[in-house]
Amino acid sequence: MAGSSRLDAKIPSGPLEKKWSQYRSTVPLVNPANKRRIEIIVIGTGLAGASAAASLAEMGYKVKAFCFQDSPRRAHSIAAQGGINAAKNYQNDGDSVYRLFYDTIKGGDYRAREANVHRLAEVSGNIIDQCVAQGVPFAREYGGLLSNRSFGGTQVQRTFYAAGQTGQQLLLGAYSALERQIGMGTITMYNRHEMMEVVIIDGKCRGIIARNLITGELERHFGHAVLIASGGYGNVFYLSTNAMGSNVTAAWKAHKKGAFFGNPCFTQIHPTCIPVSGDHQSKLTLMSESLRNDGRIWVPKKKDDNRAPGDIPEDERDYYLERRYPAFGNLVPRDIASRAAKERCDAGYGVGTSKLAVYLDYAAAIDRYGHAEANKNNVHNPSKEDIVKWGKAVVKEKYGNLFDMYKQITGEDPYEVPMRIYPAVHYTMGGLWVDYNLMTTVPGLYALGEANFSDHGANRLGASALMQGLADGYFVIPYTIGAYLSNEIRTPAIPTTHEAFVEAEKSVADRINTLLNVKGSTSPEMFHRRLGKIMWDKCGMARNRQGLESAIQEIRALRREFWNDVRVMGEAKEFNPELDKASRVADFLELGELMCIDALNREESCGGHFREEHQTEEGEALRDDEHFTFVSAWEYIKESDWGLHKEELVYENIKIAQRSYK
Amino acid sequence: MNLTLKVWRQKNSQSEGYFETHQLTGISPDMSFLEMFDVLNEKLVEENKEPVAFDHDCREGICGMCSMYINGRPHGPLEGVTTCQLHMRSFSDGDTIVVEPWRATAFPVIKDLVVERSSFDRIIAAGGFVSVNTGNAQDANNIPIPKDDADDAFAAAACIGCGACVAACKNASAMLFVSAKVSQLALLPQGQAERTIRAEKMVAQMDEEGFGSCTNTGACSAECPKEISLENIARLNREYLGAKLSSKSV
Amino acid sequence: MSWLTQTLTSSIGKKVLMSLTGLFLCLFLVVHLIGNLQLFKDDGGYAFNTYAVTMTTFTPVKIISYLNYFFILFHAFWGIYLEVRNRKARNVKYNLIRNQSTWSSRNMALLGTILLVYIVVHMGDFWYKFHNEPLPYVQYTEMLSTGEVFSQVMPAGYTQDVKQVEFVNSDEGTRTVIVKDLYQTVSVAFQNFLLSFFYLLGMVAVGFHLYHGFQSAFQTLGINHPKYSPFIKAVGIWVFAFIIPAAFAAMPLYFYFKQF
Repeated sequence: MAGSSRLDAKIPSGPLEKKWSQYRSTVPLVNPANKRRIEIIVIGTGLAGASAAASLAEMGYKVKAFCFQDSPRRAHSIAAQGGINAAKNYQNDGDSVYRLFYDTIKGGDYRAREANVHRLAEVSGNIIDQCVAQGVPFAREYGGLLSNRSFGGTQVQRTFYAAGQTGQQLLLGAYSALERQIGMGTITMYNRHEMMEVVIIDGKCRGIIARNLITGELERHFGHAVLIASGGYGNVFYLSTNAMGSNVTAAWKAHKKGAFFGNPCFTQIHPTCIPVSGDHQSKLTLMSESLRNDGRIWVPKKKDDNRAPGDIPEDERDYYLERRYPAFGNLVPRDIASRAAKERCDAGYGVGTSKLAVYLDYAAAIDRYGHAEANKNNVHNPSKEDIVKWGKAVVKEKYGNLFDMYKQITGEDPYEVPMRIYPAVHYTMGGLWVDYNLMTTVPGLYALGEANFSDHGANRLGASALMQGLADGYFVIPYTIGAYLSNEIRTPAIPTTHEAFVEAEKSVADRINTLLNVKGSTSPEMFHRRLGKIMWDKCGMARNRQGLESAIQEIRALRREFWNDVRVMGEAKEFNPELDKASRVADFLELGELMCIDALNREESCGGHFREEHQTEEGEALRDDEHFTFVSAWEYIKESDWGLHKEELVYENIKIAQRSYK
Repeated sequence: MNLTLKVWRQKNSQSEGYFETHQLTGISPDMSFLEMFDVLNEKLVEENKEPVAFDHDCREGICGMCSMYINGRPHGPLEGVTTCQLHMRSFSDGDTIVVEPWRATAFPVIKDLVVERSSFDRIIAAGGFVSVNTGNAQDANNIPIPKDDADDAFAAAACIGCGACVAACKNASAMLFVSAKVSQLALLPQGQAERTIRAEKMVAQMDEEGFGSCTNTGACSAECPKEISLENIARLNREYLGAKLSSKSV
Repeated sequence: MSWLTQTLTSSIGKKVLMSLTGLFLCLFLVVHLIGNLQLFKDDGGYAFNTYAVTMTTFTPVKIISYLNYFFILFHAFWGIYLEVRNRKARNVKYNLIRNQSTWSSRNMALLGTILLVYIVVHMGDFWYKFHNEPLPYVQYTEMLSTGEVFSQVMPAGYTQDVKQVEFVNSDEGTRTVIVKDLYQTVSVAFQNFLLSFFYLLGMVAVGFHLYHGFQSAFQTLGINHPKYSPFIKAVGIWVFAFIIPAAFAAMPLYFYFKQF
């Protein structure tokens, strides 16, 4: 199998553990005087975008940052709960860069690039240092040193956290660095702006067309380079743990202008989310994976058991993760835990009114912590009530905000009854294809964080998204961008009166007018819901040929219907959330098709991609390493027409094996 | 559930606003408050009317974007939650619900229930950071931080910047917001180098934005979805006065 | 602008001025109360009237009292200025408000305005009369050996150049003091129902004002600590919002009911 000639991953030569340090020392530099003349556009202000914008501005570049929210601090990285991994080995449990690298590759089911992942593991420690220096209040032990917890898919404790709000604290750290540069005038911030198009001049990315969401005006912005850090596309499923505004538009525009899309079908279904409660549901809420540290997952052993969970005796409960995966138990990676839950529910063992849920039970943890507290306080014959009381207090300190959140949404008290959970779309491993420098197939156009496809293969381990976003922004792009920009120092700022800008703006304006003038009868929201249902049913946790083929037809039909029947209220030149939404849904309607095509093409099961035709007798994912050890990079040709380029994945340091967590 | 909704409508920042009344039927108690608004907007689109604009994003209580003043209280009748975490089971069948935007001179209305909160960003840009360029950090465990300080700093840092404190305060004061950031960094060793200048600059920017002054009513903390403590405001007062008395800038 | 004016005109500085003047006025209230408790002494007003003279003649006390008048005016007008400014911070009002704070904390300006009116009436009633009107004089004769005091109203038209005439007759073992009879003025004034009622209202306003004001002053100065704040709050509520206003209120009540 040969890789595509159009795909050069530019992986440096040399031994794996030297690649990054050697490359970093030899990558061309831009001198300070030239940096002041070079403009960089950053789309998105999440962990990747904010950290990149701040770091590049600190280095002396002129940066323009864009976000669609009212403040850069609201990017959806803020909602990440559990933690961030780093190979610090502070717990002295045998962690190392290699182990983090290995766990990530294995967790990704051997579909990620070795060199990228190793670099990620190498810089992971620097991220923690940087964040602590910024004043990020990570959880600490009584001795004043940093605390760690364990996460799925690993056997060491390497996850740093700040209660259940780690993403928030890390983002606020990056946001403060961003705001500092804004205050110094080195970054110009454009909030409530949506990127609508990239501008390509002579084959290089030279700027964007953005829409001011308050006035509706279209704006042209020049940049020597454009960084897309606009996050993932999980909202293609309508119901996901993503924010309502999370969208694929920036990445999709880049894709349609020549950036290949990598592994679009690799989506992560997170096992511990609050189940859907009705048709009105607009989004799903995640319960942090950290809950699997202490909680035990089970279903009744009897089918259609309608007893209250408390009435089901211990020996009639099936702790199916502990049963199937004794080595990792409740801490198996997300894809495995999700599928196992689906398997039980499909087989008729689900709980709750919808029967699409399993129990996440804290009774054992409360008991265990209660006894530990009793020992700590030298109480030898504690009463049962005291044990429960103390145990609950410990659980409250560790997971209080998550328990409150659950209670708020469901109206049930998780300290008393087990939580009901079910998998939900959470993260997209796929994204714009990038090389080792994080550059897409369009020169000067970069993709960072969840927006790129790079580090997680077919499944991302918990607490690795924050790590990757910040690694890309703080410690990778500031170096690798020099490789391109050092050749751009002679390029003066191109005036935005250039015909490429005029044309790009016109195409955006035309599309907006088309949307407004359909004047059909169905809201964009309704189309989004229908698309989501197709995607979830046929390109969700389990996929098969027949389903995917019909999904492709359904999406095409839905897209036609959209352009004939969408009703977008309001006008173009005003604050118009309906128009914003319609424009995003239109892009999802195209992306959905590509995801199904990719899923159909990948005739194997790996990580989050589970093709029912390819499974072991025990129902585990069955990879086909001989035929599919590659990254699918899709080139947009025209509507419903994509060309496939394959980037072969070479494993020089890790022996590919059947992934086992048993 | 059947409800009467009185919602503030305002075309843009220049125009006058007014209340519009809508009847909603068949609302499920399991819906979130914003999902109830989704239903309203869906209905409005069907009737060929312009939907109500409102800010929202994560819908899980952390991004700080949602901002509705519901029945006289920011984020509605519950303590410690944002609008998006409020569910319809907190209301009764037949209720009339009045929804207004945050009202403050420093938060002008953009449209309907959407307000402009960039003043908060400018306050952070004035000093709500530690000046540490990427790559300048030492090992994260080099400076032990007492757990209590780290916990207090975290409690302050939990602020989501939604602006409910300003919306709740009779003076539209931003002191709780500003004090949360000043406190977080004043409590940590990393924040010490810029401690005085930070308090001075952030307060100066806060004043410039046109927020009122704090009269210690405590409404901010009572309405804060993250229950940020008033102790932070006392700490800010201390930090600011200490800074003014000790700093060498005349 | 110098750093000092800059500090004091910042939003925090403005509040610090309110806080410091407010705390001074709280202290004044305590002193004023201790003095006024002489009204309850059954000595025909001897202690009270001589105390009144001391307060208006002893130079350090005089300086402090003028400072006090200034602080009262400053606290009042600065407070009104702050209230006006704070109202500007919300240019469009809410339609419906269910504010989660104490009533008194939200109505400090209203309470303060009531208190300003009260203070004007109060000063007009006693302070102005004491200084400018020909009040009747009273002569007290104190038996130095026993401490017994006999009072005798001076004839109408009697006047003296100094506020207090005092001589000791060592032969008889007595001290004689002649002063203006403010005590009499007070007891007559409070026989009026309306005035007594007004004073009661004034004290209710003081109570509510200090219910929030005392603890708020400490918060503004940055004093808030889990160990000490409960104590400050308790003092604010029990001493300043309840006991002190109640003790002051007892005075008009005492004289009003004494007449029957």
